[in-house]
Amino acid sequence: MSDEFFSARDIAMHFGGIRAVESVSFDVQRGEVFSIIGPNGAGKTTIFNMISRIYTPTAGTLNFDGQDITRIAPHRIARLGIARTFQNIELFTNATLLQNLLIGRHSHSTAPLLSQLAFLPSVRRAEVDHRKRAEEVIEFLDLQRYRDQLIANLPYGVRKVVELGRALCSQPKLLLLDEPSSGLNTEETEGMAFWIEDIKKDLSVTIIMVEHDMKLVAAVSDRVMALNQGRILAMGSSAEVQGHPDVVRAYIGGEPEAPRVESVAAA
Amino acid sequence: MDDVVRILQLVANGTAAGCIYGMVALGFVLIYKATEMVNFAQGELMMLGAFFAFTFIELWGLNYWLGFLLAIAATGAFGYLLDALVLRRVIGQPQFAVVMLTLGLAFIFRATAGAIWGYDAVGFTTPFTNQVANFGSGLVLGKDQVSIIVGTVILCGVLYLFFSRTRLGIAMQASSQNQLAAYYMGIPVRTVFSLIWAISAGVAAVAAVLLVPVQMIDVNMGLIGIKAFAAAVLGGFGSIPGALVGGVIVGIVEQLAGYYLPAGSMELTSNIVLLSVLIVRPQGLLGQTIRKRV
Amino acid sequence: MSQLKTSYEQDLSLAGTRSNVVWYGLLLASLLLVPLAFSEFYVGEMSFVLIYSIAGVGLMLLTGYTGLVSLGHAAFLGIGAYANAILLSRGVPFVLSLPLAGLISAAAGVAIGIPTLRMSGLYLAIATLAFGSIVVLVGEKWHGLTGGFDGLPVPTPSILGIAVEEPTGIYYLALAVLVFVLFVAMNILRTPLGRALVAIRDSEISAQSMGINLAFYKTVSFAISAGLTGLAGALFGHYVRHLAPDSFGILLSIQLVTIVFIGGLGSLHGAIFGAVFVALLPQAIALVRDDLPFGIGQLPGLEPSLFGLILVLVIMFEPTGIHGRWLKLKRYFLAFPLHQRTSFRRQKSYAKSERLR
Repeated sequence: MSDEFFSARDIAMHFGGIRAVESVSFDVQRGEVFSIIGPNGAGKTTIFNMISRIYTPTAGTLNFDGQDITRIAPHRIARLGIARTFQNIELFTNATLLQNLLIGRHSHSTAPLLSQLAFLPSVRRAEVDHRKRAEEVIEFLDLQRYRDQLIANLPYGVRKVVELGRALCSQPKLLLLDEPSSGLNTEETEGMAFWIEDIKKDLSVTIIMVEHDMKLVAAVSDRVMALNQGRILAMGSSAEVQGHPDVVRAYIGGEPEAPRVESVAAA
Repeated sequence: MDDVVRILQLVANGTAAGCIYGMVALGFVLIYKATEMVNFAQGELMMLGAFFAFTFIELWGLNYWLGFLLAIAATGAFGYLLDALVLRRVIGQPQFAVVMLTLGLAFIFRATAGAIWGYDAVGFTTPFTNQVANFGSGLVLGKDQVSIIVGTVILCGVLYLFFSRTRLGIAMQASSQNQLAAYYMGIPVRTVFSLIWAISAGVAAVAAVLLVPVQMIDVNMGLIGIKAFAAAVLGGFGSIPGALVGGVIVGIVEQLAGYYLPAGSMELTSNIVLLSVLIVRPQGLLGQTIRKRV
Repeated sequence: MSQLKTSYEQDLSLAGTRSNVVWYGLLLASLLLVPLAFSEFYVGEMSFVLIYSIAGVGLMLLTGYTGLVSLGHAAFLGIGAYANAILLSRGVPFVLSLPLAGLISAAAGVAIGIPTLRMSGLYLAIATLAFGSIVVLVGEKWHGLTGGFDGLPVPTPSILGIAVEEPTGIYYLALAVLVFVLFVAMNILRTPLGRALVAIRDSEISAQSMGINLAFYKTVSFAISAGLTGLAGALFGHYVRHLAPDSFGILLSIQLVTIVFIGGLGSLHGAIFGAVFVALLPQAIALVRDDLPFGIGQLPGLEPSLFGLILVLVIMFEPTGIHGRWLKLKRYFLAFPLHQRTSFRRQKSYAKSERLR
């Protein structure tokens, strides 16, 4: 058992003959922003899907907060304190923004079914409490004017923030952000960088982020891991990883499976 | 020996019935593959095909084969118009809306057919009616059943050649796999979809005419659709050979159940087969699983 | 129009604004007065509307809010009707047999809900269709329990020794049950349970990552929906007074789905609107039948074909149902004369794949 906050040990994910992720190990410290970069198909989102238990790893173990989470039921992940966003936004489109945030509170609702059907006073108190938490998030992310709008009617950039808010509503210890800047313009991406900084500082949430925008990665990350074809290429500070010759090669093309050749520049 | 013959007899009967289910299921699958619409009125298209044939052959006194062809053409044209006038307008609505739409259409078709042709069962004489083909050692098949099986085989051959050899058939396959790409390649996707509806309706008409020697025509014959559903689901709903195989399986199981199990189990069989297949393999026997990527 | 909200509690109240309280109060009061003002025939028709409303709310929770389509819901109506009738005829008092009918129906809902957990959309619709047919066939064959084709007479219920007679007694009973059912449904919608159902409807994958146990909540949705529909079934039994298995077949199932669909998916108002529409359509047709030109009124298939035609037209031209049209009208009058034509125009829609869930 590892005493790290979060650790992945030799995890692998095979789909038939395709090895999407192969013996990847990494640790994340409490309170840091850990970014995963890499070209398309490198296995970044697959790692997220393993952590949130949409996939079961073919091999390896995942530990979170002193607990082995490799095989627990997917819906129990949220209760442990892990929340996530999705690459292409998976909001509840036919519900209002407020309802979306309240659904984010689900892992904190403990009222038994029958008392909900009768709407007992305890349920009412819990509901007011959930609402207060949701309003705090609305305030934090400046979403007041969209509160009662259907998600279907909101612009893409706002939805992206709502999804972040929904994840925050569950008061996570670990937040998984899957390409938080995808589909956003430069201005919105800068805004996203501020949110991430605030979440880290004010809410002291640990973040693992998959991201393509190197500016955003450099701005917020404590450490960066570069993947290619399911394997780790490099790990370290943002500058180290971006300057790493294998990473450069993976991005601008060439033979991705020949990291040992031309090792002159490495050292 | 007796037992073997009896089982063979049941299997042959089941195969004939199953071919009909398979052909109706084929219509479901063609439309579903191309447009993701599920046509709950497919059985009713078959019913209309039967009434068209009845009109041409019995009421107008045309030659059986000519009437057969005309019925296919008329039902096909009806299918084309149905898509062009109604279903094309609901593209983009949830799948369930289309299900409800076709259920509504089924009501309308039944009532309209009842208003035109009446609610009594009718039929007409075919070259296969009440004729027997003897296969030796006691195995006797009606020519009506043989004609169903042979007809299905011919139909499959024609469809196979059409989809693999003709430009239009290949364009249809392309549109089914990727509408957008097909559109950019200059394929008139909307017309192609209407033509697929026409083919499905035409296939339903073939099933109807082949069924005539075995079963009377009436407005409720479209309820055979639920058995065809079982066939399509068994075959994975996306697979054309699967639909036919599924149909034959349902037909045979039904016959065997009708013979060996207590009375009344026959009607239950197709439903139970359908439900159990869905429970064990929600994606059908031959279906493939695709998961949404997040 | 709407008052300023000053506390979160206000969003949790059932009726919402004060003017709503007045309107709903008036509606309830006038419903209570119906038997005094109308003939027995109309009271009977109104009971039928109320019973369909109960079933509509039940199905709305499953289809409109959880996104699970059932084409076999008439089976639950039948199970509720038969359970109640059989219990009554074996001497169980009505105050017990009615809730038991709901519970038995809910158990049947669990029985079909659990094996169909992995199905969605189309496959679930087909599976429930098959389930519905199986229940009807079993009902026909199980002569000892259901009386088979001979049918089953439904005893007159009595509460505290007072017989509940058709039509007035049944009317008040149905009204009380409807109020109860609406209370439960609205409670569901303002609690985590209801939000979980909506979440499952809109995105299973992210519902799961929010900590929602899909299997559990889908089963609960089936159970509650089937249970409420079973209550409607028990009342339906008293309304028709003689049960036959084949009256709970696919046609009734389609009628029930039509209630939620024509009414407008995802709205309790919609369930009621839809029920009013579907329950009263036959009467409306009967009223105008003789005045129709060209002898159309005499055609035997008029009712089902009109039913189908209306369904087709609603889906083609007003996919949000009666409730959606009602909202648009309300907005039109509120904004008059500043309304903009474009806000009432249908948006262009494109083909979307539902093969991936």
